Amino acid sequence: MITEPFTAGNSVIHSVDPRMKIVFAVMLSCVVAVANSLLTLSAGLATGLMLIVLARLDGRAVLKRLAVVFGFMALIWVVLPVTYPGPAIIALGPLQISQPGVVLCLKITLKSIAILSILIALVATTTLSTIGSALHRLGVPGKLVYLLVMTYRYIFVIENEYQRLMRAARIRGFHPGTNIHSYKTFAYLTGMIFIRASARAENVYRAMLCRGFKGQFHTLGPVAPYTQNRAFTVLTTAALIVILGLEIWNRISL
Amino acid sequence: MHIAEGILSAPVLIGGAGVALSGTAVGLKAVDYERITRVGILSSAFFVASLIHVNIGPSSTHLILNGLVGLMLGWAAFPAILVALILQAFLFQYGGITVLGVNTVIMALPAVICYYAFRPLLFKGYKLAMAGAFACGFGSVFLAALIMGLSLIFSEENFLEVAALIFAANLPVMIIEGIVTAFCVAFIKKVNPEMLL
Repeated sequence: MITEPFTAGNSVIHSVDPRMKIVFAVMLSCVVAVANSLLTLSAGLATGLMLIVLARLDGRAVLKRLAVVFGFMALIWVVLPVTYPGPAIIALGPLQISQPGVVLCLKITLKSIAILSILIALVATTTLSTIGSALHRLGVPGKLVYLLVMTYRYIFVIENEYQRLMRAARIRGFHPGTNIHSYKTFAYLTGMIFIRASARAENVYRAMLCRGFKGQFHTLGPVAPYTQNRAFTVLTTAALIVILGLEIWNRISL
Repeated sequence: MHIAEGILSAPVLIGGAGVALSGTAVGLKAVDYERITRVGILSSAFFVASLIHVNIGPSSTHLILNGLVGLMLGWAAFPAILVALILQAFLFQYGGITVLGVNTVIMALPAVICYYAFRPLLFKGYKLAMAGAFACGFGSVFLAALIMGLSLIFSEENFLEVAALIFAANLPVMIIEGIVTAFCVAFIKKVNPEMLL
């Protein structure tokens, strides 16, 4: 099931204009992504965690989302320390654990978790339809926003359809395994999903035309007042300055 | 298949974003609102397909089907895949904002290449069409893994071993994608051939 667990809430972060959240999420992510020193990356991580705390998100749910990067992190922690050239800190039999390798792994891990927490705190706390309208008001082309909103609208419908086809297959005794029959069944199933999706697209577009669609979605009703814009701007700008300052200071002093 | 945040260097991220942006612009220009509704709904189908897990021995992999999307959409695969990746990043935090460009290129560029390379074969006889579709499924994941490996190596040359491991791990995925794409195209050709036109 596809859910958006972080969108509900009335924390400081939830009462900020989504446009500002997107702009700051992009700026913070980019700055952290190009940063290089351990100190800057720690500041980035601290910012991300601070934003998560401010958004009052459920710690366990956040950890579950952060876990998506653990697989790749595990892979680099296993490979890089032994393959990276440089002075060894410990020798385990024939394997040399190189110090620059460990530092690089640490940097990547910090960076990855920092950017992900920023994404969770600022973007995952906004519903997708709100993000769509915010992106449009930020100047993203209408067609792309339309595509995003349309795709989002239909993933739930198509996921239901997939579950229905899968249920039907199971009732007929389908047990997925590693064999051509299973792959063929999955192929026919996805083929059916694509065919139904395509037919649905035609009907949906005709129905929209009948209702006077001219390539634009209009927001009905007043938007909830965003009361925390100023506090949020001050806070994130300060964090941005600290991160940038640390990085520049670090590069000059090298 | 996607690269997580925090791994790639700035030049690779910027290059990826540039290519993704140009591809998306070309793709969007090619479609009007009537076709874009179809692109959006097929993009959701692509998103859902990535939730389908198939077994390989004791392990499992999810379908990618970027080759199939390329066959059906051509250049519009760029915006379709970009949007599906934005949704994956926003809803599940797979990938993220700064790697969005690179991840789009990893999936969409092979899709467009396969569109030009293998689409003509689909309208030949049954055997050629099946072979073309297999090559399309196999090739799109092969190229995706290749671009992914190259972006890792261009970021940091010591990623060579990691990149090689990832590429090797994707070899069985290429074969499965080839088989699934071939049967899928055969099915669509039988049931609703106009969809491929």
